[in-house]
Amino acid sequence: MTKIVIDPVTRIEGHLKIEAIVDGGIVKEANSSGTLFRGLEIILKNRDPRDASQITQRICGVCPICHATASALALDSAFGIADRITDNGRIIRNLILGSNFIQSHILHFYHLAALDFVKSPDIPPFIPRYEGDYRLDEKENTELTQHYLKALEIRRKAHEMLALFGGKMPHNVGIIAGGVTEKPTTDKITNFLWRLNELREFIDNVYIPDVIAVAKKYSDYFQIGKGCGNYLAYGVFDLEGNEKNYLSRKRLLRSGRTSTDLTYKTVDSSKITEDVKHSWYDDSQTHKHPLDCETIPKKDKKNGYSWIKSPRYEGGVYEVGPLARILINYISGDEPTKKLVDSVLSEFNARPDVLFSVLGRHAARAIESKLVADNMADWVLQLNPEEPVFVEYQMPEEAEGMGLTEAPRGALGHWLKIKNKKIENYQCVVPTTWNASPKDDKEQPGPIEQAIVGTKIKDEKNPFEIVRIVRSFDPCLACAVHLVDLRGTTIGKFKAT
Amino acid sequence: MKKEFPVIWFQGASCSGCAVSVLNSLSPTIKNVLLDELVPGKHINLLFMPTIMTASGSVALDVVVDAKISKKGEYILIIEGAIPESEFAEVGEKTMESFVEELAKNASAIISLGTCSAFGGIPKGVPNPTKSKSVEEFLKLKNIKKPVINIPGCPPHPDWFTGTVANLLLFGVPQLDELSRPKLFYGKLIHENCERRPYFDKGKFAKKFSDEGCMYELGCKGPYTHADCPIRSWNSGVNWCVQNGSPCIGCCEPEFPDLESMYKKTKWSNEK
Repeated sequence: MTKIVIDPVTRIEGHLKIEAIVDGGIVKEANSSGTLFRGLEIILKNRDPRDASQITQRICGVCPICHATASALALDSAFGIADRITDNGRIIRNLILGSNFIQSHILHFYHLAALDFVKSPDIPPFIPRYEGDYRLDEKENTELTQHYLKALEIRRKAHEMLALFGGKMPHNVGIIAGGVTEKPTTDKITNFLWRLNELREFIDNVYIPDVIAVAKKYSDYFQIGKGCGNYLAYGVFDLEGNEKNYLSRKRLLRSGRTSTDLTYKTVDSSKITEDVKHSWYDDSQTHKHPLDCETIPKKDKKNGYSWIKSPRYEGGVYEVGPLARILINYISGDEPTKKLVDSVLSEFNARPDVLFSVLGRHAARAIESKLVADNMADWVLQLNPEEPVFVEYQMPEEAEGMGLTEAPRGALGHWLKIKNKKIENYQCVVPTTWNASPKDDKEQPGPIEQAIVGTKIKDEKNPFEIVRIVRSFDPCLACAVHLVDLRGTTIGKFKAT
Repeated sequence: MKKEFPVIWFQGASCSGCAVSVLNSLSPTIKNVLLDELVPGKHINLLFMPTIMTASGSVALDVVVDAKISKKGEYILIIEGAIPESEFAEVGEKTMESFVEELAKNASAIISLGTCSAFGGIPKGVPNPTKSKSVEEFLKLKNIKKPVINIPGCPPHPDWFTGTVANLLLFGVPQLDELSRPKLFYGKLIHENCERRPYFDKGKFAKKFSDEGCMYELGCKGPYTHADCPIRSWNSGVNWCVQNGSPCIGCCEPEFPDLESMYKKTKWSNEK
C-alpha cells in the first residue's frame, strides 16, 4: 500500500492538495484538501452592501464575474428590485458573464488541462512534467501547442469583449445592484459582435475539434473519473427579468438535478446543508443550512483535513459544473443542447452515459462554450441604446437577499443579511466547495474524491490519472475556501496550535 | 547568446487575478513574455508558476528546491497575494510563511505583484481574519533585506508588470516612489488625467449610474488613487473603470478596500 501526495496540484486556481492511498495499483481512498483560508465573508461584514459586488469578485480572479452576478442578484432581491432590472441591464449582465464563461472554458481546456494530454516543447514552464502516458503523435502535439498559443490570444479577446461592457477584467466594474453602470452604444455593440465572431469561429473550428481529437486518443477516459453520479445546477443567463424567484426564471442553462438515470428533478435551495466533520471547523455546527450555520475555525481537529466544507443536497453528494448543466438542458429537452451533445456522442458511437467521466466534463465545457457564444450573438443585438440600464433603489435598514446563478465551474449561491444599512452577514456556497469537498458526516467522500477512488494507477511516480481526473472538474480553490459566519462569531476565538 | 533570467512566481493569499491579468498582455503578448526574448538577448525563464506550469506536486516543488541552490541569488521572485499567518496556509505540506521566507532569502529581487502582495489588499481588509501581511511587512518581520518593487492594482495592468520587468532587464530597478511603486506608472493621480475631469471642473456630477458627468459624487477614488488607467486604458485599450460609468474604487492604494465604501463620496484631504 502506498500513499501518493500531490501538493500543490498546479494548473488550477488556488491551493489544493490531493492524497491517494493506492493498493495493488488501485486507489482505495482519496482525500481532497483546500490548504489556504482567506475569510472573505468576515471581511465583508459591516461594509456598505453595495461593496459586495466588488469584494466578492476578489474571491476569484479567474471567474470574478459569476460572483459579481450572484452578489448583484442577491442585492437586487434584498433591495426589492429583483423583478425590475431593465432588459438592457439583464442582457449586458449576460454578455459580461458569457464572455467570462467562454474565456474560462478556453483557458481551462488549453492552458490548465491540455498539458496532461499534449506533450509541449521541452522548455519551462512546459517542463518538468509527469512522463510516460502522452499518446498524441508529433504532428498532433505540434498542432495542439500552436492552438495553446492561439488560445492565449483568443481568451484575451474574450476579456476585451467583457471589458467593453464591464470596464475592465479581471474584476469588472459594470455589474452592480440595479443593473449595470453604462449604456450600450452601437460602436460597442459592433465591436463586441466582431470579437465574438472570431471566438465562435475558434470554438467551432478549433476548440470542439481539439476536444474530440484528444478524446479519440484517450478514449479510456470516457470510463475514468465518473464520480458521484448526481448532478445539480441553479441555471444561468436570465432570458426574462420579471420572475422574482431565480430558480423559476427562464434561463439559457436551466436549473435542476439529475443522476445517472437521467431523470429530471427540481432544486429547492432550502435542502442544502453543509457538513464539517472533516473540515477545520467546530463540529457543533455541522449539518445545517448555510444560513443557520455558525462557523468556528478549528485547525487542531482530529478528523479535519481541509478548509473546504461539505455541502450536500438532502444529504446526497452532488457534482456541479458544465457537465451538470449540459445534462440538465439535455434531459429537459433543450433542442440546441440535444443536437450538440448527440453530434459529439455520434463521433464516438457512444451513449450519453459516457458523459459521466473525465472526457464527458471536457466535452460538456466545449459544448457549453458554443451554446453561450451562439446565444450572445443574438443577445447583443437585442440591446437598445435608447433604453435605461440601471434602476434606482432605496437602501433598506434591514433585509435579506439571495442570489443563485452559475460560475463556469458550477452552481453558485450568495446569501446576505443587511442591518443598519450594513452587511450583517454574507455567505457564498461556491462550485468547488461542492466538487472538492471532503468526506461528510456520513463518511461519504466528495465528488472529486469519489471520482479518484477505484482508479487504476499505471505509474505511481507519474500519476497522470489523478491529475487528469482532478483537472476535469476545473477546481477553483480560492472560491471553495471561505468561512460561513452568520451568527457573529468572532474569528478572535480561533487560537492557533 | 541570450541571457537567461530565472523567475519564480509564488502565489500567496491571492485570487489568481494578477496572473490572469498578466495573461492579457497585448504587446508584448504573454507568449512573447514567456517564450521569446522579452528584450533582445534576454529571456525570462519562468521556472515555477503554479497556474500554468505543467508539473504538479513533488515534481513542481523540486524545481523550487533546485532553484534555491543552483540559482541562488540569481532568480527574480514574483509574489502574488498577501502572506497569511502560518496556520491558514500551506503549500507542499509546509507553511506558506516558511515557503516564502526561504524563497525570498535566496532571490535577487522581489516583485510584489498586485495590491494584496504590495499592501495586504483584500485579505488584509478589516478585520484581517488571517492576519495577512504585505510582502514588505513580512520581509521586515523576518529581517530579510532585498530590493522590492511594488506593482499594486487589483489586478495590476499587464503593462505595469511587463514594463517593470523590461526595465529590470534593461536598466535595473526603475525609479520608485515612497511606496516602492514605479513612478512611470503610478506617478500621477487618476484625477489628473481623467477624461471626465472637465465635468468635475464645470461641476457637472453624475447623480446615479449611467448618468453623464463626473463620478465624484458616486464615490470616485480617482482624486486619491495613483495610476495611469485614464491614459493607458484596460484590456487592449477598449475601456477602463470611469469610462465605463463606474467610480474609480482606488484599488491601487494601500487603503484598499478599507478607505470608505466604494460607492460613497469621500472627503479628500487634498480637497479645497
